[in-house]
Amino acid sequence: MAERIIEYREALNEALLEEMERDLAVFIMGEDVGQYGGVLKISKGIYERFGEKRAVDTPISENGFTAIGVGAALAGLRPVVELMYIDFACLAMDPIVNQAAKARYMFGGKTSVPIVFRTQGGGGRGNAAQHSQSLEAWYVHVPGLIVIQPSTPRDAKGLLKSAIRDDNPVIFIEHKLLYNTKGAVPEGEWTIPIGKADVKRVGNHITVVATSRMVLLALSAAEKLAEEGIEVEVVDPRTLKPLDIETIATSVKKTHRLLVVNEGARTGGFAAEVVTRAYEEVFDYLDAPIVRLTSEDVPLPYSGALEMAAIPSEEKIIQAVRGFFS
Amino acid sequence: MIAHDDTQIEMYRKMLLIRVFEEQARDFFMKNVMRGSTHMYIGQEAIAVGVCAALEQNDYITSTHRGHGHLLAKGGNPDLMMAELLGKANGYCKGKGGSMHIADLSIGNLGANGIVGGGIGLATGAAFACYYRDDGRVAVSFFGDGAINQGVFYECANMAALWKLPVIYVCERNRFAEFSYTDRYFADSDLTKRAIPFGFPAVAIDGNDVLKVYETAAEAVKRARIGQGPTLIVANTYRIMGHTIGDPLNYRIKGEVETWQTEERDPILRFEKHLIQQEIASIEQLQQIKADVHQRIEHAAQFALNSPEPPPSALWEDIYA
Repeated sequence: MAERIIEYREALNEALLEEMERDLAVFIMGEDVGQYGGVLKISKGIYERFGEKRAVDTPISENGFTAIGVGAALAGLRPVVELMYIDFACLAMDPIVNQAAKARYMFGGKTSVPIVFRTQGGGGRGNAAQHSQSLEAWYVHVPGLIVIQPSTPRDAKGLLKSAIRDDNPVIFIEHKLLYNTKGAVPEGEWTIPIGKADVKRVGNHITVVATSRMVLLALSAAEKLAEEGIEVEVVDPRTLKPLDIETIATSVKKTHRLLVVNEGARTGGFAAEVVTRAYEEVFDYLDAPIVRLTSEDVPLPYSGALEMAAIPSEEKIIQAVRGFFS
Repeated sequence: MIAHDDTQIEMYRKMLLIRVFEEQARDFFMKNVMRGSTHMYIGQEAIAVGVCAALEQNDYITSTHRGHGHLLAKGGNPDLMMAELLGKANGYCKGKGGSMHIADLSIGNLGANGIVGGGIGLATGAAFACYYRDDGRVAVSFFGDGAINQGVFYECANMAALWKLPVIYVCERNRFAEFSYTDRYFADSDLTKRAIPFGFPAVAIDGNDVLKVYETAAEAVKRARIGQGPTLIVANTYRIMGHTIGDPLNYRIKGEVETWQTEERDPILRFEKHLIQQEIASIEQLQQIKADVHQRIEHAAQFALNSPEPPPSALWEDIYA
């Protein structure tokens, strides 16, 4: 299939346009997603093509419009609700966690809640403590939710299309420093299955499981480490819940070493979950204890110097990998 | 809109069905046949019945933790409900929801809700779906006077008014928020004012008068169906029982509940009087309905007791579609 090089934001935009074209039940809803085209331009052109009923500009009422989205999904529509920052989703925890995630189970399987909550997480741009969090672990903790974090334009498009077609509530977490990144994206009609990890780089010496923007840092770290003779295998889960532990286990059985890199705060974070699952699955294959590299347990600071100290970097990944071989 | 005679008799039957269902549920709870907690709709029957009489089967409702009455009024099956209350495999939700999450989506009931105010957004969303499809359906959100202090009501009321969504907000003012009189929590106790900022009609009515509830709901439903947007109905009533079964009720003024259980105020007794005085039904006819309702609930109770427990494998079913 022919490929083009496009931005992550364009890939997301294509996914929305294509799915809305394909299915009349799909609509987008959120703050400035319509007439303005989205604060991140993800919904550019949607209002013009589909009108205000399917590109719904909402007041700044996260709890209310998220709950409306969930109600619309219960009544048969397929909403894509944009929560501009994952931090703002804190205002909408009831409809996401108490309602959407549980309705199917509470009602004995008599309904499904086909809804996508699109949001952006992550730091590194000086947005400080209320616009930079990586809260994916919270949602991973909730049975009934699916959690996706795409790291490339290709994954962003293929997984957003799958998320919209899925009959379950999906938390789709983009990263603010990925929107301008570019990558190859196939033309035509295709999707990426939910729940499948992707080996982003093949290597024999150590497995690095990284999520979201950390995948890019791991890949660039791997190139530098290759110059030292360390071949890193980079595994991107892409879907955090359900986690494709098979692909991770297969990799670790080959490399015998595992570093987990996640941008969330350390304590109770997603990295802790991967570490535990890996110990359960591949303990006997390990040549060294598993290491996790995460953000520090601090609210993210505004200052560039402080923020860089708080979140993982290429250099920190290199140091952590070297630690396995010293 | 005046209800037809046979509609009125059906309303009576449904109110009684709710009352007797609740008495049976309470009995099960007291005997430890039921788990968790449960909330009685006794005394508020006229609201669910009057509103649902103004709806079509495919209209939506969202209910509350005090939700048995809403489902019965919408046409729920007492057997499946009682089995659900007992956590049985053939209950409405296969025993996974229980009293607080009982639902029947096939008749538009999007579920009871364990979160106070949790149904307000869902009903507004269902109304959004009706508007989106332009299918002429409406959604009703039942909630209490405790829930009207939740912020989600104001966020949703604003959007419902903005987009003229076909939603009816029915605030059942039963005087209590859990273990307190709600009056303690209203800066202004005129709840119809809660719709003023959004510019849609709000009306306070006697919620124990089923015909008044029906007429008011029918008017609101008519407005909603023709694209005139939401209505707030504040239905004044009284929570006869405690917040939950086992509530000591030591916060309640002594002797107050009895004033709501009279022929003039109890929604069922006063409607019975009306039906006889207006010669809509005879005493014998009402006796027959009572006997039928008791028999129906007895059947539901037996159905529930004889139903199987869910198998352990059910634990892992119905999490994902």
